[in-house]
Amino acid sequence: MPRVTVNGVTVEVPEGINVVKAAEMAGQEIPHYCYHPALSVAGNCRMCLIDIRAMSAKQPNPLPKLQIGCNTIVADGMVVETNNPRVEEARRGVLEFLLINHPIDCPICDQAGECKLQEYYMDYGRQHSRFVLAEKQHKHKATAVGPDIMLDQERCILCTRCVRFLEEVTGTNELCIKERGDHSELSLAQGKSVDNPYATNIVDLCPVGALTSREFRFQARVWYLDSVPSICTGCSTGCNVDVHFRRDNLYRIKPRANAEVNGYWMCDAGRHTWRDNHGDHRLVAGYARRGDEFVQVDSSDAVLRSASLLQGCGKVAVVASASLTMEEGYLVSLIARKIGTGPCIVLSPATSEIADDGTLISTDRYPNRAGLLALGFRESSVLPADVDGVLVARCDAVGVDEVAWGTRLEGMRTTVVVDDRVSKAMAYADTVIAIASHFEAPGTFVSRRGRLQVLGAAVPAPGAAVAGWQAFAELLGALGGPRYQSVDEVFAALSLELSLGTARTHAELGACGETIAQRSAPESNTTLSAANPA
Amino acid sequence: MQEKVLLRYRDLSVDLKMIDNYIESGGYSTARRVFSEIAPEKVIEMVKESNLRGRGGAGFPTGLKWTFLAKNTGKPNYLLCNADESEPGTFKDRAIIENDPHQLLEGMMISAHAIGCTNAYIYIRGEFAYGAEVLKRAIAEACEKGFLGNDVFGLGRELNIHVHRGAGAYICGEETGLIESLEGKRAHPRIKPPFPAVYGVFGCPTIVNNVETLACVKHIVERGPAWFKAIGPETGPGPKLYGVSGHVRNPGVFELPMGTSLREIIEVHAGGMREGRQLKAVIPGGSSVPILRADEIDIAMDFDSVAKAGSMLGSAGIIVMDDSTDMVAALRRVSHFYHHESCGQCTPCREGTGWLEKIVTALDEGRGTEEDLRKLDNVAKGMLGTTICVLSDAAAMPVRSFLDKFGEEFRAAVRRSAGAAAA
Repeated sequence: MPRVTVNGVTVEVPEGINVVKAAEMAGQEIPHYCYHPALSVAGNCRMCLIDIRAMSAKQPNPLPKLQIGCNTIVADGMVVETNNPRVEEARRGVLEFLLINHPIDCPICDQAGECKLQEYYMDYGRQHSRFVLAEKQHKHKATAVGPDIMLDQERCILCTRCVRFLEEVTGTNELCIKERGDHSELSLAQGKSVDNPYATNIVDLCPVGALTSREFRFQARVWYLDSVPSICTGCSTGCNVDVHFRRDNLYRIKPRANAEVNGYWMCDAGRHTWRDNHGDHRLVAGYARRGDEFVQVDSSDAVLRSASLLQGCGKVAVVASASLTMEEGYLVSLIARKIGTGPCIVLSPATSEIADDGTLISTDRYPNRAGLLALGFRESSVLPADVDGVLVARCDAVGVDEVAWGTRLEGMRTTVVVDDRVSKAMAYADTVIAIASHFEAPGTFVSRRGRLQVLGAAVPAPGAAVAGWQAFAELLGALGGPRYQSVDEVFAALSLELSLGTARTHAELGACGETIAQRSAPESNTTLSAANPA
Repeated sequence: MQEKVLLRYRDLSVDLKMIDNYIESGGYSTARRVFSEIAPEKVIEMVKESNLRGRGGAGFPTGLKWTFLAKNTGKPNYLLCNADESEPGTFKDRAIIENDPHQLLEGMMISAHAIGCTNAYIYIRGEFAYGAEVLKRAIAEACEKGFLGNDVFGLGRELNIHVHRGAGAYICGEETGLIESLEGKRAHPRIKPPFPAVYGVFGCPTIVNNVETLACVKHIVERGPAWFKAIGPETGPGPKLYGVSGHVRNPGVFELPMGTSLREIIEVHAGGMREGRQLKAVIPGGSSVPILRADEIDIAMDFDSVAKAGSMLGSAGIIVMDDSTDMVAALRRVSHFYHHESCGQCTPCREGTGWLEKIVTALDEGRGTEEDLRKLDNVAKGMLGTTICVLSDAAAMPVRSFLDKFGEEFRAAVRRSAGAAAA
C-alpha cells in the first residue's frame, strides 16, 4: 500500500485513491465542491488545489503547478501540502471567484448552516468583497425544476454534481448546463422535469443553496434541528438515513452513507415516510371494549386486559405485518409460545404495485420480512382456520380481502390489536394497545440482503403510546414470561438465540449495521434461510 | 527570395486545389512512398529527428507526442487535425487550407500511417465555411484517385479523412475541448491525465496536431529531417508561417525560416508602419501571449527566443499596434474576447474573465481607481495555472503584461477618472 505524506502526516492508504481521500485518512481536510466519491471526477471547482512537493518515491521532484486533489491519484512516497501559503492564496482566490457573482442571500437561504460556501468562507476565506455589488450577474431565482426541487441559478456554483448524478446514477439526464462563461446556468433539459424516483438526492448533493427541497424550504433553520441515525422503513432495502427533527416534530430524512446498502442515496418515497407520522390516524391511547362501548384505558390496563383475554380464549393466532422490529417480533414469538399457538404469521404481501428497480427500490414495502422469517414467522395471506382469538401486531392487512378479514375477526372470541395507528382490525378489537411508530422507539431490522441495522428514535411517541418492545414485553410478563426491562436486553436475548452476528447491543451493532447472512438471490427478497436458527 | 515550402502555391501559377495540378507538381508521391516503403516507426523517427515542434501554439515536440500513444489497446488510433484556428491575430492555417488543401491531406496521410490510424478528422472552425468546402472537395478528389478510402494507393490499406465543422467557439481549439466537440458534446476541456494519446476521442488513443504541423510532416519526410533542421534554430526548426495584422502597410501571412527577427518580419515583410506612425507595441503570438514594447522587437521569432524575451511564439499571429493605439481600450477588447469565450467550466476562468473585463471597462470608461489597478493584476494572478485548460492563463497573461509594459497609460486613465470625478 502506498505511503503518502499530507502536511507532514504520513499514512498508508489503499492503492488508486485520490489525494482528497488520502488527506482525509491523514486527518487533513482538502476543501472541495465538485468532487463526490460516488460520481465521476469533474475537476471544475478548483477548490481542492494542492501543492505536490514530491510526486512519488521514484519522482521526488515537486510539480511546478498546483494540482487538483480530486484528480491526483496517490503514489508511494508522494508528499503533498494543502496549507502552505501558495495553496492558501490560490484557494482564497477560488473562493473569492465563487462568491463574486453569488447573491449571498444567506438570511433567506435554506442551505444556510449546511452550506459549503459558508463553511469554507469561514475556514479559508474571510475576506471583504472586492467586487462591485451592482455588477453582479443576475439569473433566475426560485424556479421549480421538479415536484420537490427548487432551483436558484444565482446560488449555483456550477459544480455539476447534480448533472453528473442524473447522468451517471439515474441515467435520466434532466439537468444540464447551458450558455457558457459566467452566463452558464444550470437548466432543465428541454421538456424534462426532475421527477425520477431518486430526484431529491441532488438536493443533498448540492453543496450550496442552488437546489433545495420544496418540502423543506422555509420550514426550519437547520441549526435548530437534531438528527438521529436510523433506517428507512419504506421498503425492505433498509437504506441508512438520518432523521432530522426538532422537539416533537419530524422535518426531513436524508440518506446516510453505507457502502453495503445504499451508497450515498435513497429514494424519494423513502424520504417522505415521515409525513404520516403526525396526524389524526395515530393511536394516542389504549382502548378496551366495555359492553358495546369502546373506551379509552391507560396502557398498562390495556396490556393486562389483553393478557387475560388471550390466556382464556383457546387457540390464538398471532398475525403481524413485516414492519415489526426484531425486538417486537422476538417478544411476539415468545408470547405465541407462551399461549401455545402455532407459528406467528406475516400477513403482508411480499410484492406490491411498485416494482423492484434493481437498485434501491424494493417491491416489498415492509422493512423486516427477512428478520421475521429468521425469527420463525411464516408467510400467509389468510388467517389460519380454527382459531378462537387473534393478536394483531402492527398489521394493516394490506392485500387481504377486507370483507373476509372483517368476517373472520368478527367471529373471534378475542381480538387484541397492537398498533401505532388506526387499522381495519380495530373495529373488531376487544383491546387496543397504542405503540410508538418507527420514528419514536429504537429497534432493529434485517434488510432483504440480510443486513441487521438499528432504527433510531427521533421524537417521543404521541399521548400514551409506548414503545412497541415495551408493550410486548409487558404483555409477555403479564402472561408469566420473562420481564425484559430494556430494548437492549431484548436485543441481547434474540441475537444470542438466533446467533445473529456478534453484536449484543444496538451500540455494538453500530451505525452501519452488520450483515448476518449471505445475500439471497436478487429476485427473492424474502428468504433468509441461512440465518434461520432452526 | 527564399523558396516557399508551406506556401508553395504562391510561387506556382497553377491552382493547387485541383488534385491533378497538385500531383503534377510532385504531390502525393511522398505519401505513396511512405505507404508502400516506409515503416511507421521510421516515419516517427524522422519526425523526432527533425525536432518539429507543434505549430498550434504550445510548441510541443511532435515526434515525442506521437510516441505517447497508448499501445496494444485493442482500440483504433485517431488522428485529429486541429483546424479550429481561432486565436485572435492568427490566420496562417487558413492560407494552407484554402490554397493547398492536398498538402495538408498528404501530411495527414503520412502522419496517420505513422501512428496507425485509419480514420482521421479535420476539425475546422465553423467560420471557415469556404475552407471546409475546399477540404471536402480535396478529400473527394483524393478518394476518387484511390489515395484515400478502403484501398489506399491500391495497397489494400484503409484511410478515411473526415471534415467536421465547429460552430464558432474558441474553446474548441483546445485539444480536449475539440475532442469533446467532435464527440458531439459541449467543448468543455477534459481534465488531464489521462491525455488524449491514452484516452482521446471516443475513448481511443488520439493524436491532435495543428494544420501547419501536419503540413510540415509531409516536407520532413519528403526532404529529410536534416533539411528541416537546417532551417532556423536546431531546437525548433523549420519553415514557419507568420501572420501579421494590425497597423502595418502590408498585413498577411509570410513563410520565413523559424527564428526570423520580429523586426524584420514587421519592417521588411509586412512593409513597416503606416505613414507617419510609430510602432508602439507588438503581440507576437496571438492575443493571449504577453505583449512586447516597440523597443523589444529585436528578437528571433522561435519558441525559445520569444520565451526568453518574456512572451511566447504561440501561433505566431503577430498583432502590431502603432502610436495611435489606446492600450486600455486594446486590453478591453482582448478581455472582452476571453470573457465571451470562457467555457465556464472552471471557477477562476468563468468568474475571472468577466471580472477582468468589468474592471478594464471601468478604467476605459473613466470610472477606474488606483485600487482597480491592483485588483486587476491580482485577479489575473489568481487565474494563472489554476484551471483545467489554459484559456484562463490566456485571459490573464495579456492583462498582466499590458499593466507591466504600459502601466503608465493605465495610471493616466485612473488620473483622468479622478479628474473627471473632481470636476
